[in-house]
Amino acid sequence: MSVTTHTPSPALPPPSRLMAGGPLGWVKANLLNGVFNSMITLLLAYLLVRYTISFVDWAFLNAIWQVPNDRFGRADTSSCRDIKGIGACWAVITEKHRFILFGTYPYEEHWRPAIVCVLFIALYIVSAMRRFWRKELVLVWAVTLTAIGLLMWGGVFGLSYVPQERWGGLPITLILATFGLAFAFPLAIMVALGRRSRLPAIKALCVVYVELIRGVPLISLLFMASVMFPLFLPEGLNIDKLLRAQVAIILFAGAYLAEVVRAGLQSLPKGQYEAAEALGLSYWQKTGFIILPQALRLVIPPLVNTFIGFFKDTSLVLIIGIFDLLTAAKTAIIEPQWQGFAVEVYVTVGLIYFIFCFAMSKYSAGLEAELNKHRKR
Amino acid sequence: MSAALSSSRHLGKPAIQLLGVNKWYGQMHVLRNINLEIAEGERVVVCGPSGSGKSTMIRCINRLEEHQQGQIIVDGIELSDDLKSLDAIRREVGMVFQSFNLFPHLTILENCTLAPIWVRKMPKKEAEELAMEYLTRVRIPEQANKYPGQLSGGQQQRVAIARALCMKPKIMLFDEPTSALDPEMIKEVLDTMVMLADTGMTMICVTHEMGFARQVADRVVFMDRGEVVESNTPNELFGNPQTDRLKLFLSQILRGH
Repeated sequence: MSVTTHTPSPALPPPSRLMAGGPLGWVKANLLNGVFNSMITLLLAYLLVRYTISFVDWAFLNAIWQVPNDRFGRADTSSCRDIKGIGACWAVITEKHRFILFGTYPYEEHWRPAIVCVLFIALYIVSAMRRFWRKELVLVWAVTLTAIGLLMWGGVFGLSYVPQERWGGLPITLILATFGLAFAFPLAIMVALGRRSRLPAIKALCVVYVELIRGVPLISLLFMASVMFPLFLPEGLNIDKLLRAQVAIILFAGAYLAEVVRAGLQSLPKGQYEAAEALGLSYWQKTGFIILPQALRLVIPPLVNTFIGFFKDTSLVLIIGIFDLLTAAKTAIIEPQWQGFAVEVYVTVGLIYFIFCFAMSKYSAGLEAELNKHRKR
Repeated sequence: MSAALSSSRHLGKPAIQLLGVNKWYGQMHVLRNINLEIAEGERVVVCGPSGSGKSTMIRCINRLEEHQQGQIIVDGIELSDDLKSLDAIRREVGMVFQSFNLFPHLTILENCTLAPIWVRKMPKKEAEELAMEYLTRVRIPEQANKYPGQLSGGQQQRVAIARALCMKPKIMLFDEPTSALDPEMIKEVLDTMVMLADTGMTMICVTHEMGFARQVADRVVFMDRGEVVESNTPNELFGNPQTDRLKLFLSQILRGH
């Protein structure tokens, strides 16, 4: 039997698919292949151009950015009314932006909620950076949140006291969302672990909590917190309305997040639990080092989905009379001369919500890629 | 030759005792009155057809499974619901799984140092040195900073062995360590296990690798339908099977060789 020497075939680069015939070739291959596809492409291009142009016209070219005052010192919005539907009246934002952002907080003290917003955003940015994920971060949070409380309430260091009823706007939204998620997330982890506990009492308690809270709309929980809860308190004892709403939001978000975390726990192979146990790790070591780090990575997309949902759901507090960003915006256009300019105000508020939610979304995508590096070869 | 050597080795006091152990999954009786005593330094291979209860038995030894009747005494401590004694046993018993079960989010080095640092309370630096020592022994020190997903199956299983050894266990359990491996990787894992056997470690190994059993085992235990059917030196067990069940099993596994 003869032995043939086998020469290995050389490794070749894959054929290039992208830009085979230059940009024009790409357009031809992807947008204009066939009569039907070409027609759809042209139709969509026409609609896109047409609506982009009319939006730019409305929002920028024909827009009014400022209005003069009339002889009573009120804004004269007649010029805005003349171009209604043709151009945007951004003057309402110019005029009312401080009310939208800070609500009924005393006007000359607006720098305080402004700093609070900056502090919140700085806190988010610092917490988002992995190199700051150390024990000290808890301290940073505690200090920042205390500073935020001091600034909002005042009454010390020469700051005038501002009761909670006068807070409003963006700081309220950020407070509700930040405290809400910061407390709901650990709660959710404990509840998710509890639902898988072998101890029947703990398991039952967690199941009852999740099912009860999930089965009720957030609005009714907020109502209960604001109307019913005080009835059960002893005479004279009064818990801050914002705090009650905050607790309702924490409980609600906790139940939803718990189910997301539980999904992550269940998706881990049993072998991971067994390997950790066989090494002699205690329950909390196993959970903290092996199970949660993997389970939470797996559920980053639904977690962030829930986070974003709750950031926006904080706007429901308007029904119990708390002045969050959206409520402040609605109230800003209650004066007769500004009535009818809701679109401009809602577009602006929507943009603010979008910036926060989009930032969360982009960050989570990056985090997911970063933390799941180990799964790539 | 090494079988002859090992049978003449002096074996110490019992490391593991199973006394009348019974276990059921629901109505299914999976372990039937198992009596087995394994001495310190003894190397036992457990074989038998699939579903015979081999894995269940060794998983009972570190209580990944609970037995319902009988006694299991490991390193002088009886297995019970008491968590303290369970922790004490798990510290002394290392385990290697069929599917490796490395922690995919930790590097190879972190996989090896986690338990020594947190369970044995070893300083981090010392744990890393120890881990590198064992990784060198299983001949993959250069992979220390990679993640498990970047290694081949054989390499992952060798890491799993090193990870268990880093706890400096007195007893090692192997649950079909080569069954999930491609043929060309089986040898590298078996070589590692032979090397470990040469250090005098007490080992229980569930495996179908009869060559390995002949080479290192002091005793081979044949299980079928939840019972220990025969238990003998490899030469006796393979050369002179006493029961029909073992004869049938041997004829089936030897057909493939």
